[in-house]
Amino acid sequence: MDNSEVIIDLKGVSFVYHGNHSQRPVLDNLNLQISRGQRVGLIGPNGSGKTTLFHLLMGLLRPNQGEILVFGKKRQQEKDFREVREKIGLLFQDSDDQLFCPTVAEDVAFGPLNLGRTQDEALEITRQVLKRLGLEEFEDRLTYKLSGGEKRLISLATVLAMQPEVLVLDEPTTGLDEDTVERLIQILRSSDLTYLIASHNREFLSKTTDTVYRLAQGKLARAT
Amino acid sequence: MHIDNFASGDSLLHRLDPRLKIVIAVLFSVIVAVADKSLCLATAVCFSLALLLIARLSLREVFLRLLVVNAFILFLWLFLPFTYGGEKLFSIGPLDATRDGIIYALQITVKSNTIVVALIALLATTPIITLGHALSHLYVPSKLIHLLFFTVRYLQVLHLEYDRLRAAMKIRAFRPGTNLHTYRSLSYLIGMLLIKSFDRADRIRKAMLCRGFHGEFYLLSHFKLQKIDVVMLLIMMLVVGGMASLQWIILK
Ligand SMILES: Nc1ncnc2c1ncn2[C@@H]1O[C@H](COP(=O)(O)OP(=O)(O)O)[C@@H](O)[C@H]1O
Ligand SMILES: [Mg+2]
Repeated sequence: MDNSEVIIDLKGVSFVYHGNHSQRPVLDNLNLQISRGQRVGLIGPNGSGKTTLFHLLMGLLRPNQGEILVFGKKRQQEKDFREVREKIGLLFQDSDDQLFCPTVAEDVAFGPLNLGRTQDEALEITRQVLKRLGLEEFEDRLTYKLSGGEKRLISLATVLAMQPEVLVLDEPTTGLDEDTVERLIQILRSSDLTYLIASHNREFLSKTTDTVYRLAQGKLARAT
Repeated sequence: MHIDNFASGDSLLHRLDPRLKIVIAVLFSVIVAVADKSLCLATAVCFSLALLLIARLSLREVFLRLLVVNAFILFLWLFLPFTYGGEKLFSIGPLDATRDGIIYALQITVKSNTIVVALIALLATTPIITLGHALSHLYVPSKLIHLLFFTVRYLQVLHLEYDRLRAAMKIRAFRPGTNLHTYRSLSYLIGMLLIKSFDRADRIRKAMLCRGFHGEFYLLSHFKLQKIDVVMLLIMMLVVGGMASLQWIILK
């Protein structure tokens, strides 16, 4: 691993869900550093807090303790995280949460339009991304009529369309068949993005990432 | 799910610009709803039957839809003839049916069926999503349209969630009956559905925030009037205009 610029830096982050104070925290004084270009995997049993960690990173939840630094800046308020969300793309664990527009094209174009692209530019980006994922024929399909695996890939397209610098994928391989997983591996390996992937699929992680951490008891440790 | 059942055909009406179909459907429905001259209503019936034929929909499917509508109208027939004042026609026991009451019930039946047939032929032949886009081009407030979109999108998800919960109950040998256990379990089912929808809404909001959402929606599709659209618009306006003048000018 090289010592290039650290773009994600979590320092001593602790988190407890509201009304759960009697329980031990989901994340307990957790530290994580990710440098530009690094490809990090995250494993951990169900309920260990992987999704929670990602939501903290995106500013969807706020830590009870600790600091979140992204791109060298401390992020505390909603407006700090707006910039984070433009540069870090999160693939949600459940695609039905992510795809809410009627048609695939509209859903993929939603992000670029929010980033201030014109309609034509947004459509152009949409076509490019769909093509890159081999999903050209899905452009006019209705999102609610897609299969689970198709929804997953389209969700990935909606994230890629924002042209993020960092990808954060929450269990991307669930519901995908072997060929599609293989395609996802190719897509990830051929990109020059920094990414962080939570998955239970060890083989997938070993093919796509160079560092794997295990999340347990609210802390991270190098997995072997 | 039965959304968009009629939208997959390829008739003249399917291809017509949805904006003008909406305009005609609204004008037609309003006129039929307030008209009371028989000649006007007869024209309306012919018009909607003509639309139905042009749309080439499965008559059986349309008939099934009409059955649902007429199930409600049946209740009107149970009350209206006996409660409306006027000249007595016949009596059943202590109840007197009046001529005016029967005519009134008959009118409502004809009107409702005519409107529903016209709406099926005009509006159900466009996918609901396209209709939403057309509405926005007709300056319907965007909040309403997005409400429509979200409803369509998540109706399916809710339905699946309901099916999953029902299946979870069934595989543990739940059989509904008239007992407390059934009522309690069904209220759990409904409660779970509500909580899950609430959580889902929260997660969707988060997913939208992650993609830079800041309260603004953008539509991608645009419509362009073709020559055939203009011709059809003129023809249908003539019929609807004719109905209006029959009702309010000629037969005054
Ligand atoms: N909205 C919530 N409210 C309360 N507790 C929650 C909520 N979401 C998750 N949890 C709890 O936090 C823990 C971590 O959950 P999560 O981050 O989803 O784990 P993972 O993604 O690793 O499976 C779990 O014990 C779960 O029960
Ligand atoms: Mg999770």
